[in-house]
Amino acid sequence: MREAYESGIDVSVIVQDGLIEAMNIIGPKMASGEMFVPEVLLSAETMRAGLEVVKPYLSAGDVSTLGKVVIGTVEGDLHDIGKNMVAMMLESSGFEVVNLGTDITPEDFLKAVEENKPDIVGLSALLTTTMQAMRKTVTLLKEKTSNVKIMVGGAPVNDAFAREIGADGYAPDAAGAVQLAKQLMA
Amino acid sequence: MLIVGEKINSSLKGVTEAVKSRDAEFVRNLAIMQTEAGADYIDVNCGTLIDEEVEALPWLVKTVQEAVDRPCCIDSPNPAALSAALRVHKGKALINSITAEKERYDAILPLVREYGAGIVALVMDDEHGMPKDAGTRIEIGWRLIERLLKDGVPIGDIYIDPLVQPISTNGNMGVIVLETIKGIKDAYPDVHFMCGLSNVSFGLPKRALLNSTFIALCMMAGLDGAIINPGNRRMMSVIRAAEALLNKDKYTVNYLKAYRSGVLE
Repeated sequence: MREAYESGIDVSVIVQDGLIEAMNIIGPKMASGEMFVPEVLLSAETMRAGLEVVKPYLSAGDVSTLGKVVIGTVEGDLHDIGKNMVAMMLESSGFEVVNLGTDITPEDFLKAVEENKPDIVGLSALLTTTMQAMRKTVTLLKEKTSNVKIMVGGAPVNDAFAREIGADGYAPDAAGAVQLAKQLMA
Repeated sequence: MLIVGEKINSSLKGVTEAVKSRDAEFVRNLAIMQTEAGADYIDVNCGTLIDEEVEALPWLVKTVQEAVDRPCCIDSPNPAALSAALRVHKGKALINSITAEKERYDAILPLVREYGAGIVALVMDDEHGMPKDAGTRIEIGWRLIERLLKDGVPIGDIYIDPLVQPISTNGNMGVIVLETIKGIKDAYPDVHFMCGLSNVSFGLPKRALLNSTFIALCMMAGLDGAIINPGNRRMMSVIRAAEALLNKDKYTVNYLKAYRSGVLE
Protein backbone atom coordinates (compact mmCIF):
# COMPACT_ATOMS: atom_id res chain seq x y z
CA MET A 1 0.00 0.00 0.00
CA ARG A 2 2.76 2.36 1.03
CA GLU A 3 4.66 1.50 -2.11
CA ALA A 4 1.66 2.23 -4.26
CA TYR A 5 1.10 5.56 -2.55
CA GLU A 6 4.75 6.59 -2.77
CA SER A 7 4.88 5.74 -6.44
CA GLY A 8 2.27 8.45 -6.94
CA ILE A 9 -0.89 6.46 -7.58
CA ASP A 10 -4.00 8.37 -6.61
CA VAL A 11 -5.36 7.19 -3.24
CA SER A 12 -8.89 6.82 -4.54
CA VAL A 13 -7.54 4.50 -7.22
CA ILE A 14 -5.63 2.49 -4.63
CA VAL A 15 -8.75 2.06 -2.53
CA GLN A 16 -11.21 1.50 -5.36
CA ASP A 17 -9.17 -0.60 -7.78
CA GLY A 18 -6.81 -2.16 -5.26
CA LEU A 19 -8.80 -2.88 -2.13
CA ILE A 20 -12.49 -2.85 -2.98
CA GLU A 21 -11.96 -4.52 -6.34
CA ALA A 22 -10.00 -7.28 -4.60
CA MET A 23 -12.86 -7.82 -2.17
CA ASN A 24 -15.26 -7.99 -5.10
CA ILE A 25 -13.35 -11.06 -6.26
CA ILE A 26 -13.56 -12.67 -2.82
CA GLY A 27 -17.38 -12.73 -2.63
CA PRO A 28 -18.01 -14.82 -5.77
CA LYS A 29 -15.07 -17.10 -4.94
CA MET A 30 -16.64 -17.78 -1.57
CA ALA A 31 -20.01 -18.43 -3.15
CA SER A 32 -18.45 -20.90 -5.61
CA GLY A 33 -16.63 -22.78 -2.86
CA GLU A 34 -13.11 -21.83 -3.96
CA MET A 35 -12.52 -19.75 -0.85
CA PHE A 36 -13.61 -20.32 2.74
CA VAL A 37 -14.79 -18.21 5.64
CA PRO A 38 -11.42 -17.82 7.41
CA GLU A 39 -9.84 -16.63 4.15
CA VAL A 40 -12.61 -14.10 3.71
CA LEU A 41 -12.00 -12.83 7.24
CA LEU A 42 -8.27 -12.63 6.57
CA SER A 43 -8.97 -10.67 3.38
CA ALA A 44 -11.19 -8.23 5.24
CA GLU A 45 -8.54 -7.79 7.95
CA THR A 46 -5.98 -7.14 5.25
CA MET A 47 -8.23 -4.59 3.65
CA ARG A 48 -8.75 -2.85 6.97
CA ALA A 49 -4.98 -2.71 7.54
CA GLY A 50 -4.54 -1.33 4.01
CA LEU A 51 -7.11 1.37 4.59
CA GLU A 52 -5.29 2.42 7.76
CA VAL A 53 -2.17 3.10 5.68
CA VAL A 54 -3.86 5.46 3.23
CA LYS A 55 -6.36 6.95 5.67
CA PRO A 56 -4.25 10.05 6.42
CA TYR A 57 -4.22 10.93 2.70
CA LEU A 58 -7.89 10.28 2.02
CA SER A 59 -10.22 13.21 1.74
CA ALA A 60 -13.99 13.31 1.54
CA GLY A 61 -15.16 12.22 -1.87
CA ASP A 62 -12.12 10.03 -2.59
CA VAL A 63 -14.12 6.97 -1.81
CA SER A 64 -17.73 6.88 -2.82
CA THR A 65 -20.04 4.71 -0.77
CA LEU A 66 -22.40 2.30 -2.49
CA GLY A 67 -25.08 3.04 0.07
CA LYS A 68 -25.84 2.91 3.77
CA VAL A 69 -26.99 -0.24 5.51
CA VAL A 70 -28.36 -0.61 9.04
CA ILE A 71 -28.03 -4.23 10.15
CA GLY A 72 -28.99 -6.23 13.24
CA THR A 73 -30.28 -9.52 14.65
CA VAL A 74 -33.97 -9.39 15.55
CA GLU A 75 -35.52 -9.37 19.02
CA GLY A 76 -35.05 -12.52 21.11
CA ASP A 77 -32.12 -13.77 19.03
CA LEU A 78 -28.54 -13.54 20.26
CA HIS A 79 -26.79 -15.03 17.21
CA ASP A 80 -24.32 -12.68 15.59
CA ILE A 81 -21.88 -14.72 13.53
CA GLY A 82 -23.79 -14.71 10.23
CA LYS A 83 -24.95 -11.14 10.68
CA ASN A 84 -21.40 -9.95 11.37
CA MET A 85 -20.13 -11.77 8.28
CA VAL A 86 -22.70 -9.96 6.18
CA ALA A 87 -21.81 -6.61 7.79
CA MET A 88 -18.12 -7.20 7.12
CA MET A 89 -18.65 -8.23 3.51
CA LEU A 90 -20.90 -5.23 2.85
CA GLU A 91 -18.38 -2.90 4.39
CA SER A 92 -15.50 -4.37 2.41
CA SER A 93 -17.52 -4.03 -0.76
CA GLY A 94 -17.97 -0.31 -0.26
CA PHE A 95 -21.16 0.03 1.74
CA GLU A 96 -21.37 2.13 4.87
CA VAL A 97 -22.63 -0.17 7.63
CA VAL A 98 -24.25 0.60 10.98
CA ASN A 99 -24.20 -2.63 12.98
CA LEU A 100 -26.80 -2.51 15.77
CA GLY A 101 -25.88 -5.86 17.36
CA THR A 102 -28.26 -8.60 18.50
CA ASP A 103 -31.68 -8.82 20.18
CA ILE A 104 -32.90 -5.59 18.52
CA THR A 105 -36.58 -4.79 19.00
CA PRO A 106 -38.72 -3.60 16.05
CA GLU A 107 -38.91 -0.19 17.75
CA ASP A 108 -35.13 0.06 18.01
CA PHE A 109 -34.78 -0.82 14.33
CA LEU A 110 -37.23 1.96 13.54
CA LYS A 111 -35.30 4.40 15.73
CA ALA A 112 -32.03 3.47 14.04
CA VAL A 113 -33.60 3.98 10.62
CA GLU A 114 -34.88 7.41 11.60
CA GLU A 115 -31.50 8.39 13.01
CA ASN A 116 -29.20 6.96 10.34
CA LYS A 117 -31.41 7.31 7.26
CA PRO A 118 -30.05 4.17 5.57
CA ASP A 119 -30.86 2.95 2.07
CA ILE A 120 -31.18 -0.62 3.27
CA VAL A 121 -32.02 -2.42 6.51
CA GLY A 122 -30.67 -5.96 7.01
CA LEU A 123 -32.45 -8.30 9.44
CA SER A 124 -30.96 -11.55 10.70
CA ALA A 125 -32.60 -14.44 12.58
CA LEU A 126 -31.15 -17.86 13.35
CA LEU A 127 -33.94 -19.32 15.44
CA THR A 128 -37.27 -20.54 14.14
CA THR A 129 -38.82 -18.84 17.17
CA THR A 130 -37.48 -15.41 16.20
CA MET A 131 -38.79 -15.47 12.64
CA GLN A 132 -41.95 -13.89 14.04
CA ALA A 133 -39.90 -11.00 15.43
CA MET A 134 -38.52 -10.57 11.90
CA ARG A 135 -42.07 -10.39 10.55
CA LYS A 136 -43.02 -7.79 13.18
CA THR A 137 -39.96 -5.68 12.38
CA VAL A 138 -40.63 -5.71 8.64
CA THR A 139 -44.28 -4.79 9.23
CA LEU A 140 -43.37 -1.88 11.50
CA LEU A 141 -40.66 -0.54 9.15
CA LYS A 142 -42.90 -0.79 6.10
CA GLU A 143 -45.66 1.01 7.96
CA LYS A 144 -43.58 3.82 9.46
CA THR A 145 -40.87 4.48 6.88
CA SER A 146 -40.74 5.03 3.17
CA ASN A 147 -38.03 4.23 0.64
CA VAL A 148 -35.91 2.06 2.90
CA LYS A 149 -35.37 -1.42 1.43
CA ILE A 150 -35.38 -4.44 3.74
CA MET A 151 -33.27 -7.54 3.22
CA VAL A 152 -33.46 -10.63 5.43
CA GLY A 153 -31.38 -13.72 6.06
CA GLY A 154 -30.53 -16.49 8.53
CA ALA A 155 -30.74 -20.27 8.73
CA PRO A 156 -34.55 -20.70 9.01
CA VAL A 157 -35.32 -17.91 6.53
CA ASN A 158 -35.92 -18.49 2.83
CA ASP A 159 -37.08 -16.59 -0.22
CA ALA A 160 -40.74 -17.56 0.21
CA PHE A 161 -40.76 -16.42 3.85
CA ALA A 162 -39.07 -13.15 2.90
CA ARG A 163 -41.75 -12.44 0.32
CA GLU A 164 -44.55 -13.48 2.65
CA ILE A 165 -43.52 -11.02 5.36
CA GLY A 166 -43.05 -8.21 2.86
CA ALA A 167 -39.24 -7.92 2.78
CA ASP A 168 -37.59 -6.65 -0.41
CA GLY A 169 -35.10 -9.48 -0.67
CA TYR A 170 -33.47 -12.58 0.79
CA ALA A 171 -29.90 -13.80 0.49
CA PRO A 172 -28.66 -17.23 1.54
CA ASP A 173 -25.12 -16.15 2.50
CA ALA A 174 -22.79 -13.17 2.94
CA ALA A 175 -21.69 -13.08 -0.70
CA GLY A 176 -25.31 -13.24 -1.79
CA ALA A 177 -26.14 -10.41 0.60
CA VAL A 178 -23.62 -8.12 -1.11
CA GLN A 179 -25.10 -8.93 -4.51
CA LEU A 180 -28.60 -8.36 -3.22
CA ALA A 181 -27.66 -5.04 -1.62
CA LYS A 182 -26.16 -3.88 -4.92
CA GLN A 183 -29.35 -4.90 -6.73
CA LEU A 184 -31.51 -3.06 -4.22
CA MET A 185 -29.44 0.08 -4.76
CA ALA A 186 -29.73 -0.10 -8.56
CA MET B 1 -21.52 -42.14 25.05
CA LEU B 2 -25.17 -41.22 24.86
CA ILE B 3 -26.20 -40.85 21.23
CA VAL B 4 -29.19 -38.66 20.40
CA GLY B 5 -30.35 -39.14 16.81
CA GLU B 6 -30.90 -35.74 15.23
CA LYS B 7 -32.72 -36.61 12.01
CA ILE B 8 -36.33 -35.88 13.02
CA ASN B 9 -36.00 -32.13 12.83
CA SER B 10 -38.28 -30.01 10.69
CA SER B 11 -35.41 -27.79 9.63
CA LEU B 12 -34.01 -30.80 7.72
CA LYS B 13 -35.15 -31.44 4.18
CA GLY B 14 -38.39 -33.39 3.79
CA VAL B 15 -39.24 -33.45 7.49
CA THR B 16 -41.38 -30.31 7.50
CA GLU B 17 -43.57 -31.74 4.74
CA ALA B 18 -43.78 -35.10 6.51
CA VAL B 19 -44.84 -33.50 9.79
CA LYS B 20 -47.33 -31.17 8.11
CA SER B 21 -49.02 -34.05 6.32
CA ARG B 22 -48.63 -36.26 9.42
CA ASP B 23 -46.75 -38.83 7.34
CA ALA B 24 -46.27 -41.41 10.12
CA GLU B 25 -44.42 -43.86 7.89
CA PHE B 26 -41.73 -41.28 7.07
CA VAL B 27 -41.21 -40.48 10.77
CA ARG B 28 -41.25 -44.15 11.80
CA ASN B 29 -38.59 -44.97 9.21
CA LEU B 30 -36.31 -42.24 10.51
CA ALA B 31 -36.80 -43.51 14.06
CA ILE B 32 -36.08 -47.13 13.12
CA MET B 33 -33.06 -46.25 11.00
CA GLN B 34 -31.50 -44.20 13.80
CA THR B 35 -32.23 -46.80 16.46
CA GLU B 36 -30.63 -49.54 14.38
CA ALA B 37 -27.60 -47.30 13.87
CA GLY B 38 -27.13 -46.91 17.63
CA ALA B 39 -29.27 -43.99 18.82
CA ASP B 40 -30.10 -44.08 22.54
CA TYR B 41 -32.58 -41.20 22.25
CA ILE B 42 -34.54 -39.91 19.27
CA ASP B 43 -34.60 -36.13 18.99
CA VAL B 44 -37.92 -34.62 17.92
CA ASN B 45 -38.00 -31.01 16.76
CA CYS B 46 -40.68 -29.26 14.71
CA GLY B 47 -39.81 -25.68 15.60
CA THR B 48 -40.24 -24.41 12.05
CA LEU B 49 -43.97 -25.22 12.28
CA ILE B 50 -44.59 -22.45 14.76
CA ASP B 51 -48.36 -22.36 14.41
CA GLU B 52 -48.90 -26.05 15.03
CA GLU B 53 -45.94 -27.08 17.18
CA VAL B 54 -48.22 -27.76 20.15
CA GLU B 55 -50.09 -30.43 18.14
CA ALA B 56 -47.19 -31.65 16.00
CA LEU B 57 -44.64 -32.29 18.76
CA PRO B 58 -46.78 -34.80 20.73
CA TRP B 59 -47.71 -36.45 17.43
CA LEU B 60 -43.99 -36.91 16.70
CA VAL B 61 -43.36 -38.40 20.14
CA LYS B 62 -46.23 -40.87 19.78
CA THR B 63 -45.25 -41.83 16.25
CA VAL B 64 -41.61 -42.41 17.20
CA GLN B 65 -42.46 -44.45 20.29
CA GLU B 66 -44.90 -46.64 18.37
CA ALA B 67 -42.02 -47.59 16.08
CA VAL B 68 -39.06 -47.95 18.44
CA ASP B 69 -38.40 -48.70 22.07
CA ARG B 70 -36.47 -45.49 22.73
CA PRO B 71 -37.09 -42.35 24.75
CA CYS B 72 -37.21 -38.99 22.99
CA CYS B 73 -35.14 -35.89 23.32
CA ILE B 74 -37.90 -33.30 23.09
CA ASP B 75 -36.43 -30.28 21.44
CA SER B 76 -38.28 -26.98 21.77
CA PRO B 77 -38.04 -23.67 23.63
CA ASN B 78 -41.87 -23.55 23.75
CA PRO B 79 -43.20 -24.70 27.17
CA ALA B 80 -46.70 -25.41 25.80
CA ALA B 81 -45.34 -27.69 23.06
CA LEU B 82 -42.97 -29.40 25.52
CA SER B 83 -45.76 -29.97 27.98
CA ALA B 84 -48.05 -31.49 25.35
CA ALA B 85 -45.25 -33.77 24.14
CA LEU B 86 -44.19 -34.86 27.65
CA ARG B 87 -47.78 -35.79 28.47
CA VAL B 88 -47.79 -38.53 25.82
CA HIS B 89 -44.15 -39.62 26.25
CA LYS B 90 -43.36 -43.06 27.65
CA GLY B 91 -40.27 -43.51 29.84
CA LYS B 92 -37.76 -40.87 30.89
CA ALA B 93 -37.60 -38.07 28.37
CA LEU B 94 -34.79 -35.62 27.80
CA ILE B 95 -35.90 -31.97 27.49
CA ASN B 96 -33.84 -29.76 25.18
CA SER B 97 -33.40 -27.21 26.67
CA ILE B 98 -33.17 -24.86 29.64
CA THR B 99 -30.80 -21.91 30.17
CA ALA B 100 -29.95 -19.59 33.06
CA GLU B 101 -32.10 -16.90 31.41
CA LYS B 102 -34.76 -16.10 33.98
CA GLU B 103 -37.83 -16.35 31.79
CA ARG B 104 -36.68 -19.59 30.13
CA TYR B 105 -35.61 -21.15 33.43
CA ASP B 106 -38.90 -20.39 35.17
CA ALA B 107 -40.93 -21.73 32.24
CA ILE B 108 -39.03 -25.00 31.74
CA LEU B 109 -38.13 -26.04 35.32
CA PRO B 110 -41.70 -27.04 36.34
CA LEU B 111 -41.83 -29.44 33.37
CA VAL B 112 -38.51 -31.05 34.33
CA ARG B 113 -39.81 -31.63 37.83
CA GLU B 114 -43.30 -32.75 36.90
CA TYR B 115 -42.09 -35.40 34.46
CA GLY B 116 -38.78 -36.31 36.12
CA ALA B 117 -37.11 -35.68 32.79
CA GLY B 118 -33.45 -35.24 32.00
CA ILE B 119 -32.62 -31.66 31.06
CA VAL B 120 -30.16 -30.21 28.56
CA ALA B 121 -28.83 -26.96 30.05
CA LEU B 122 -27.22 -24.35 27.80
CA VAL B 123 -24.52 -22.17 29.37
CA MET B 124 -26.35 -18.91 28.60
CA ASP B 125 -27.79 -16.23 30.85
CA ASP B 126 -29.50 -12.87 30.56
CA GLU B 127 -26.37 -10.88 31.28
CA HIS B 128 -23.95 -12.53 28.85
CA GLY B 129 -26.12 -14.13 26.18
CA MET B 130 -23.80 -16.67 24.58
CA PRO B 131 -20.51 -15.91 26.35
CA LYS B 132 -17.42 -15.62 24.17
CA ASP B 133 -14.99 -17.06 26.71
CA ALA B 134 -14.66 -20.33 28.60
CA GLY B 135 -14.40 -18.70 32.04
CA THR B 136 -17.87 -17.14 31.80
CA ARG B 137 -19.36 -20.30 30.32
CA ILE B 138 -17.93 -22.38 33.17
CA GLU B 139 -19.29 -19.95 35.76
CA ILE B 140 -22.75 -19.95 34.22
CA GLY B 141 -22.60 -23.75 34.07
CA TRP B 142 -21.71 -23.99 37.75
CA ARG B 143 -24.48 -21.58 38.72
CA LEU B 144 -27.01 -23.38 36.56
CA ILE B 145 -26.09 -26.74 38.09
CA GLU B 146 -26.33 -25.35 41.64
CA ARG B 147 -29.71 -23.82 40.88
CA LEU B 148 -31.06 -27.03 39.34
CA LEU B 149 -29.79 -29.10 42.28
CA LYS B 150 -31.45 -26.69 44.70
CA ASP B 151 -34.66 -27.00 42.72
CA GLY B 152 -34.57 -30.77 43.15
CA VAL B 153 -33.10 -31.96 39.85
CA PRO B 154 -30.59 -34.81 40.45
CA ILE B 155 -27.07 -34.18 39.13
CA GLY B 156 -27.31 -37.23 36.85
CA ASP B 157 -30.33 -35.72 35.08
CA ILE B 158 -28.43 -32.58 34.05
CA TYR B 159 -26.78 -32.46 30.60
CA ILE B 160 -24.66 -29.35 30.08
CA ASP B 161 -24.44 -27.98 26.54
CA PRO B 162 -21.19 -26.00 26.18
CA LEU B 163 -22.43 -24.21 22.98
CA VAL B 164 -20.46 -25.26 19.93
CA GLN B 165 -19.75 -22.40 17.50
CA PRO B 166 -17.73 -22.14 14.26
CA ILE B 167 -13.93 -22.03 14.33
CA SER B 168 -14.06 -20.33 10.93
CA THR B 169 -15.15 -16.99 12.35
CA ASN B 170 -13.37 -17.27 15.71
CA GLY B 171 -10.38 -19.59 15.81
CA ASN B 172 -10.73 -20.04 19.56
CA MET B 173 -14.24 -21.53 19.54
CA GLY B 174 -13.07 -25.16 19.58
CA VAL B 175 -10.75 -24.55 22.52
CA ILE B 176 -13.47 -22.67 24.41
CA VAL B 177 -15.77 -25.70 24.22
CA LEU B 178 -13.03 -28.08 25.39
CA GLU B 179 -12.13 -25.80 28.32
CA THR B 180 -15.79 -25.34 29.23
CA ILE B 181 -16.41 -29.09 29.36
CA LYS B 182 -13.28 -29.65 31.39
CA GLY B 183 -13.94 -26.78 33.81
CA ILE B 184 -17.45 -28.01 34.56
CA LYS B 185 -16.52 -31.70 34.67
CA ASP B 186 -13.71 -31.00 37.17
CA ALA B 187 -16.14 -29.33 39.58
CA TYR B 188 -19.08 -31.69 38.98
CA PRO B 189 -17.76 -35.13 37.96
CA ASP B 190 -21.28 -36.64 37.88
CA VAL B 191 -22.89 -34.11 35.56
CA HIS B 192 -23.48 -35.12 31.93
CA PHE B 193 -22.87 -33.23 28.71
CA MET B 194 -24.84 -33.01 25.52
CA CYS B 195 -24.27 -30.97 22.39
CA GLY B 196 -24.51 -30.80 18.65
CA LEU B 197 -21.12 -30.65 16.96
CA SER B 198 -21.59 -29.74 13.34
CA ASN B 199 -21.58 -25.98 14.04
CA VAL B 200 -17.85 -26.20 14.68
CA SER B 201 -17.05 -26.78 11.01
CA PHE B 202 -19.35 -24.15 9.48
CA GLY B 203 -17.62 -22.30 6.64
CA LEU B 204 -14.91 -24.90 6.05
CA PRO B 205 -14.52 -27.78 3.59
CA LYS B 206 -14.56 -31.49 4.54
CA ARG B 207 -16.76 -30.82 7.53
CA ALA B 208 -17.08 -34.51 8.46
CA LEU B 209 -13.35 -34.64 9.13
CA LEU B 210 -13.48 -31.66 11.48
CA ASN B 211 -16.67 -32.88 13.19
CA SER B 212 -15.33 -36.34 13.93
CA THR B 213 -11.92 -35.08 15.08
CA PHE B 214 -13.65 -32.56 17.32
CA ILE B 215 -15.85 -35.18 18.96
CA ALA B 216 -12.77 -37.20 19.90
CA LEU B 217 -11.19 -34.11 21.49
CA CYS B 218 -14.44 -33.30 23.31
CA MET B 219 -14.66 -36.86 24.65
CA MET B 220 -11.14 -36.50 26.01
CA ALA B 221 -12.35 -33.36 27.85
CA GLY B 222 -15.35 -35.23 29.29
CA LEU B 223 -18.17 -35.07 26.72
CA ASP B 224 -20.44 -38.09 27.22
CA GLY B 225 -23.39 -37.28 24.96
CA ALA B 226 -23.91 -35.87 21.49
CA ILE B 227 -26.75 -34.99 19.14
CA ILE B 228 -25.64 -36.43 15.82
CA ASN B 229 -26.76 -38.44 12.83
CA PRO B 230 -26.08 -42.02 13.98
CA GLY B 231 -26.20 -43.06 10.33
CA ASN B 232 -22.92 -41.20 9.89
CA ARG B 233 -20.53 -44.14 9.99
CA ARG B 234 -17.38 -42.10 10.27
CA MET B 235 -18.70 -40.25 13.30
CA MET B 236 -19.92 -43.45 14.95
CA SER B 237 -16.60 -45.17 14.24
CA VAL B 238 -14.60 -42.37 15.86
CA ILE B 239 -16.93 -42.41 18.89
CA ARG B 240 -16.51 -46.18 19.36
CA ALA B 241 -12.73 -45.89 18.94
CA ALA B 242 -12.44 -42.95 21.35
CA GLU B 243 -14.56 -44.76 23.96
CA ALA B 244 -12.24 -47.75 23.74
CA LEU B 245 -9.10 -45.59 23.94
CA LEU B 246 -10.43 -43.62 26.93
CA ASN B 247 -11.40 -46.81 28.77
CA LYS B 248 -15.10 -45.92 28.62
CA ASP B 249 -15.79 -49.26 26.93
CA LYS B 250 -14.78 -52.13 29.21
CA TYR B 251 -13.08 -54.98 27.35
CA THR B 252 -13.80 -52.91 24.21
CA VAL B 253 -17.14 -54.71 24.00
CA ASN B 254 -18.91 -52.01 22.03
CA TYR B 255 -15.96 -51.42 19.75
CA LEU B 256 -15.84 -55.11 18.86
CA LYS B 257 -19.59 -55.26 18.48
CA ALA B 258 -19.43 -52.38 16.03
CA TYR B 259 -16.55 -54.10 14.23
CA ARG B 260 -18.49 -57.35 13.82
CA SER B 261 -21.57 -55.57 12.55
CA GLY B 262 -19.43 -53.91 9.88
CA VAL B 263 -20.02 -50.37 11.11
CA LEU B 264 -16.39 -49.36 11.67
CA GLU B 265 -14.54 -47.63 8.88
